[in-house]
This record gives sequence, C-alpha cells and structure tokens, in this order.
Amino acid sequence: MNLISISGPPSCGKTSVILKTIEAFKEKNLAVGVVKFDCLYTDDDKLYEKAGVPVKTGLSGSLCPDHYFVSNIEEVVQWGLARSLDVLITESAGLCNRCSPYLKDVSSVCVIDNLSGINTPKKIGPMLKSADIVVITKGDIVSQAEREVFASKVQMANSKAVILHVNGLTGQGAYELSGLLYKDSEQLTTVRGLELRYPMPSALCSYCLGEKRIGEEYQLGNVRKIDWGDEA
Amino acid sequence: MRAEDLKKLSIAAIIKRYPFVATYLEDKGFDITDTSDRTLEELLSSFDEEYQEEFAFNPEQFMEELASYIKDMLSFLGEEHSGIHSISILPGKDKSGKTEGFSPLTIEKGEIVAIVGPTGSGKSRLLADIEWAANGDTPTGRVVLIDGEVRSDDHRFSLNKRLVAQLSQNMNFVMDVTVEEFLTLHAKSRQVEADEVVTRIIEKANHLSGEPFLATTPITSLSGGQSRALMIADTAILSQSPIILIDEIENAGIDRKKAMELLVGEEKIVLIATHDPSLALMADKRIQIRNGGIQSVSKTDEQEKQILGKLEEIDKLLGDLRKQLRQGETLSLPAE
Ligand SMILES: Nc1nc2c(ncn2[C@@H]2O[C@H](COP(=O)(O)OP(=O)(O)O)[C@@H](O)[C@H]2O)c(=O)[nH]1
Ligand SMILES: [Mg+2]
Repeated sequence: MNLISISGPPSCGKTSVILKTIEAFKEKNLAVGVVKFDCLYTDDDKLYEKAGVPVKTGLSGSLCPDHYFVSNIEEVVQWGLARSLDVLITESAGLCNRCSPYLKDVSSVCVIDNLSGINTPKKIGPMLKSADIVVITKGDIVSQAEREVFASKVQMANSKAVILHVNGLTGQGAYELSGLLYKDSEQLTTVRGLELRYPMPSALCSYCLGEKRIGEEYQLGNVRKIDWGDEA
Repeated sequence: MRAEDLKKLSIAAIIKRYPFVATYLEDKGFDITDTSDRTLEELLSSFDEEYQEEFAFNPEQFMEELASYIKDMLSFLGEEHSGIHSISILPGKDKSGKTEGFSPLTIEKGEIVAIVGPTGSGKSRLLADIEWAANGDTPTGRVVLIDGEVRSDDHRFSLNKRLVAQLSQNMNFVMDVTVEEFLTLHAKSRQVEADEVVTRIIEKANHLSGEPFLATTPITSLSGGQSRALMIADTAILSQSPIILIDEIENAGIDRKKAMELLVGEEKIVLIATHDPSLALMADKRIQIRNGGIQSVSKTDEQEKQILGKLEEIDKLLGDLRKQLRQGETLSLPAE
C-alpha cells in the first residue's frame, strides 16, 4: 500500500484535488481509501462516499489536529491494509501554519490556492516548506501573470518540491499528479518507527488545559510575552 | 555550487555572483545590504535554537534549498533565450479506443491553430497532453514531441519550463496593486529588468484595447476589455511559456486581430479553443475534436479566408456602433 499525506489551508481545494486524483487512480485499477482529519466538523466524508471509496473521519475536537494525526496514523495505516487498499490518502487541514503532519519517507503533498495572496507561501511553515509536491489550485480564475508570480513565491518557499498546477473543478493536472504519487515499489505495512519531518511546537500552557480566566496568576507553563522593548 | 561551498561565502559575495539570490534572501528576511564579510555559515549559526524551533527554521535545510534554488535559476536563465521551435502531436486513441484520424501534426512558432469541438469532447485533455508533453502515459496515449524530441522528466517537472500559458474569459485580476506594480512583480519573478518591459507592455495593451489606462490604475478596476488586453500583452511579452492557449476572447473592448499579431510577433505558438467563426478563421489550421479524440486537422483554405473578410466588416461595424453608443450618439451606419 502507498500512503499519501495531503494537507493545506481550509478551502484551498484539497478534497476537490483528491477526488479528481482518485478518478485517475481508478482508471489505473488501483483501490483507494481516504481518512479525513479535521477539528470540529467535516462534510468531506460524504463526498468520498459518493465517489465510492472507503472513508474514515477523525475529529480532533479540542486537541490540535496535527498532534491527533500523529497519535492515530498507525491505526489509520492498519485500517487501510485491512481493506487491501493500494493507495491510502490522508486529508488534513493545516490550521495554525506552524505544524505539519508529514512523515519522513511518506509522500507529502501541500495544496495551496492562487487566491490566497502572494505572501501566503512565506507565511506557511513546514506544511509547505517540507512537502515533496506542492499543488496549486484555482488557476482558472486568476491571470497567467498571477499564476507565474504565485508559483515563483512557492518555489522560493520550497525550492525542492515539484510544483504542479491542478484544477480542482475540471481535474486538469490530476492524472499527472496521480502518476507522480503512485509507486509500485513502495509497499508500506506499518509506520511504526518512522519519524516526523518536523517537530511539533512545544506550546503547553494553562490555556491549552482549559483555563479561561485572564491575568498573570493564571498563566502557567510555557508562556511567552510580546517583546515590547522600550515602548511604554 | 554545492551547499558546503555556499556556506563559506558572505551574503554580499553570493549576491555578487548570483544577483537573483537577492530577492530570495530578502524574501526570507535576510538583510541583503549587509556588507560585512561574515560567511553565510556564521550568519546561520547566529540563529539560536529557540529561534529555529519558533520559526521552524533549519539551517542545514536552508543551505540545501538555497543551493537547489540557485541551480534551478541558473538552468532557467541559461536556456531562456533558446526557446522552442515546434511541437508535434502524434495520434493516440479516442474514448472508444479508436486510433485518432490525423497524421502527425507539427505546429511551428508563430503559427495559430484553432481547436473546435463540443464541450466535454476532449479539448482540456488535448491541452493537458500538450502541457505535460505526453509520452504515451496519459489516458489518450498521445505522444507530444518538443522540437522533435520526447521531453525529459526534469523539464516536465521544472516550474521554469512550463510549456503552456493560459488565457480565458473566466480569468480576473485579484491582486490589490496598480498596473505598474503588477507588471514589476511579474518581471521580478522572472528575473527580468522591469523598467523598459513594463512601459512596453502598457503601450501594447493600450494599443489592443483602444480604451487607454494608466500605469497607476489599480488592476482590479480595469474594464473587461482592458483586463483582457493587459493579460494578452503581458503574456506575449513576459510569460516564459512558448505556447499560449486562449479559451475564447469576446469580441468586445479588444482588437482580436491585433492581439493575434502581437502573439505571433513574439514568436509564440498560439492555440485558440473557440466557437467564434472570426476567431477560428484567424488560425492557419483547425483541429476538430470529438469523443475524446482528434477527428481531423484541416487548413484554413482560401474560400474560408474570404468569409473572414466579410466577418471583419461586420465586426468593424459592430465596433463602430458600440463606440457611438458609448459616446451617447445617435446610431448611424457609416456612409457607403
Ligand atoms: N475555480 C476553482 N475552484 C476550486 C478549485 N479547486 C477547488 N475549488 C472550489 O473551492 C472550494 C473548496 O474546495 P475543497 O476541495 O472543499 O477544499 P478543502 O477544504 O481544501 O478540501 C469548493 O467550492 C471547490 O469547488 C479550482 O481549481 N478552481
Ligand atoms: Mg476538504
């Protein structure tokens, strides 16, 4: 089984791209399944069901979804193996721009859209910087120049990735993406022992644990302040 | 240059050698005016661990990425002017598995080819095959040769060697900048000196639209015709892609004939997906698509070219009437 992790900011087109890529995998007679990670709510499972692929949803609730991802990924892999999948895709929304759920030796794709503004590639952390493939969507509604400028900003943020334009509505580019992603030679049976590409941040303070009150005396644990310098 | 060697140079030395790195480093928050002879390695080691964790910054990886960026840019700059001369499309199969009905088609730079066929007939697939330089590895099984050769994977994956630039009716400007700032950004992303090229693009665009705009006009407040004109002039002059695909251009607010002349003059290969007879007749050849495959390829013949003459008269008449309307005049046909 091939494992592929796809992440990107909310509404950038992950589900659309995955659905089109699934069509391409199906043309090649590969069995695909999807596990969707989100925080509070998702409708995506219905779309995957409609596409006729096995799907499982994991909602992290009050936990950081990326921490939740790492704690569950082995079970996810076993779920896929039990269903004899050839390709298992995980979809997760990057919420804080700091984390990324990519594992070393597991194909990692970051999706980002042309409408998000040219400074966005710079602002997204490891989710973009350490991806193997960066997929840019929504090129159908901006000008050629904006596509080129945006892509060059993505290249500056991650010069090692293969950068691909995919149209989430028509699927243009998805067949090519499917070809880049699937490798017959890679047969994964467990992710136990693999490592994250980037450590998750170490923030852990009283507010992570449910504190609601404001004030110095309630700020326990890993607390950091804005550096005000000499300003009064 | 390898990462290990780069490390031993100062910022100033690196920029002197590779001027394009300035934007890259600036974008990453480095002080590029730093003229001290601190090496990049020394500079990077001044970021403490807390900083590295905070901003997810890894010096080793940074060096690797910088080296890889320089390599990409060098190959891009080195090949920029050589360009490509032709593309050839070899038949594959349509949706029912039948071999496509045309003999290998070669399109040279400066040529215009129209693509016609019902919606969903396979126009986007043909375009994707060209964009990807298919080598029997797409659903149609077509082979697309660039200058008579199969394209290497290196070129296929390289951002700076994209074959096709696209223009369609649905595209809009979304950035919040003026025309001049916009074109400067585009020029910079391509490592091109901005001044002259920006002026030239604005001049050409105004020549196409006939409704002049200024360098200081915000791009989002351009009219439909002005936007189209700017997109075409910018793509003709500043886009790196040798092939331009146009998905319809409405015959309003822009002189399409001049637009084609501009693209051809810049030695582009022009593909137009259209159902508009006057646009289709501006092409030298026409590809008919059906059921996922190319059904036939024909040359625009003399008889058809005569129709074009008629259509141009009608278009001109429409244009004149539009102008009269805009200027609040009573509509009248020009004297014979
Ligand atoms: N115009 C355009 N819209 C797109 C494209 N890709 C996705 N969308 C739209 O963007 C919205 C969000 O897409 P979705 O796949 O749900 O994003 P996700 O939250 O990242 O999974 C939907 O309305 C899609 O139809 C694209 O390439 N072009
Ligand atoms: Mg989604």
